[in-house]
Amino acid sequence: MQAGAFGEPRRWAIEHQIAVGEFFDAEGLVPVAQAHIMADTESLGEAGVGFLESLARRPEAERRVRVPTLTDPRGLDVAVYKRLGQTEAMRTLEARAIAALRAFGVLMTDTCINYQTIMPPVRGEHLAMGDTGVVIYSNSVFGARSNFEGGPSALAAALTGRTPRYGYHLEECRRATRRFRLDARPRDLSEWGALGGIIGQACGSYWEVPLIEGVEEIPGSDALKHFGAALASYGSVALFHMPGITAEASPDRERPARPLPNPPPLAGEGRVGAMRPGRPRSQTIGRAELEAFVAAYGATGDKVDVVVFAAPQLSLLEMAAVAEALGGRQVHPQTTLLVATSPEIKCAADRMGLTRRIEAAGAIVAAGICFYQSYAGELAEANGWKRLLTNSAKLVNIIGGYGYRPTLLSLERCVDSAVAGRVV
Amino acid sequence: MPVVLKCHKGVGPAVSGTALVARDNFSARYDLDRKRGVFSRPTHKLAGESYVGRILVLDEAKGGVATAWMLRDMRERGLVPLALVFNRVNPILAQGAAFAGVALVDRFHGDVTDLIRTGDELRVDPAAGVVEILNRDLS
Repeated sequence: MQAGAFGEPRRWAIEHQIAVGEFFDAEGLVPVAQAHIMADTESLGEAGVGFLESLARRPEAERRVRVPTLTDPRGLDVAVYKRLGQTEAMRTLEARAIAALRAFGVLMTDTCINYQTIMPPVRGEHLAMGDTGVVIYSNSVFGARSNFEGGPSALAAALTGRTPRYGYHLEECRRATRRFRLDARPRDLSEWGALGGIIGQACGSYWEVPLIEGVEEIPGSDALKHFGAALASYGSVALFHMPGITAEASPDRERPARPLPNPPPLAGEGRVGAMRPGRPRSQTIGRAELEAFVAAYGATGDKVDVVVFAAPQLSLLEMAAVAEALGGRQVHPQTTLLVATSPEIKCAADRMGLTRRIEAAGAIVAAGICFYQSYAGELAEANGWKRLLTNSAKLVNIIGGYGYRPTLLSLERCVDSAVAGRVV
Repeated sequence: MPVVLKCHKGVGPAVSGTALVARDNFSARYDLDRKRGVFSRPTHKLAGESYVGRILVLDEAKGGVATAWMLRDMRERGLVPLALVFNRVNPILAQGAAFAGVALVDRFHGDVTDLIRTGDELRVDPAAGVVEILNRDLS
């Protein structure tokens, strides 16, 4: 493959995997059951799209993916892009990327909730997942095995059917390195996200694995989705354990981490990234910490420019919750309410009348995008958006760099604020 | 004789340039205005600083997967750091640097954000796993 006998796409793929594998002292390659490619055009840029097109022009036998391969959300939904102020140039670039991805035989799922909607992973299954929220949910809740695979690496895995065996493909990297105790009950999805944010900030490294004790009520799939997405966003964390809830939180895994493989040969502190000096090994999180995290983004009374439900895309139950919270009211004329979900859930919401109820309020329902991957900076400029409300801690964390002033509130308070046109 | 810092072998070409240092983390999506070539996240310790052509010396990679694509596009538009020198990186930064051909090294003896100061002249050799501080003498 490295010599080019299987064509240029697979030659590039294996070269890329060898470079990444050597960087992390990988123990060879491991076959993967699925790949999942993040390839929104804001991230790809002209360079990335041109790269995809250059491989997509190769003969079909050289370019077809070897394992089922899905896509993460796109940068633009053709049904709503004009209403959002996105440009024809963005649409053209998006169309080029889609054409190239289809030429590889990629399934255009355009979703970051594939574990809820397409194919839940299985314990022990090796994957090449290309979205941090998908990776952490797959690893933690299901016990599957994936590293963060950025777009080029997920494409490489799709082309070779393998990925470098390091990090969370290895049993010894999956043990807890830090312990947290929850001394409060998160009240809604925004507080589950806040909890993920607090633990993520405390961990601050891809190589840390938090163990969370004291979770008294079993969180549902959407709660774990928001928790994991925020944990991955604030901390770059890819795996967590909750005893009695997640797949691998057995007593064996609750032991403190032993020296782990893949050591930095010079630093002499054990496994990559673990045990940074100055960081406590255990921490208790109570109501005061949750409320302080949310309060840091507070803005009661401010005018609301845009309310976003996304990051991750909404499940069907979240779509129903938005429709219910609106309750027939109208969104304020100076405020935009945007809901982003997957194409599958959008179809279900259409069929069940949820989309109609949400759009009747003046809100926008987008499919296959996730807002921050959709030229968020350009959207802010085009629409004059500054104050953004959301119940997603992940989105609050990301969007500041795009020039927004974000506020984290419950879904119901976000909707009430969208109706009032100011933070209530 | 310059100060020599050993690290894990990295990816990308050997380069020489000026250091921009902060004890903070990094994501191209979260932290950068990639059109202007500056750190844009208000809470980042390098907010407002240009990263173009500088050797970024930071603590860890953070956040999501976008940097894996973004570094290559930044390089082709000429708005890219010259090299990345970190205490630790996640897979995304390593994948992005490999894809873009940007020099990246990590895993040093000690905290590299203490060992290197802003304005230091560095030579980064990823294949050898070495960073030299050219303007400081070991003696």
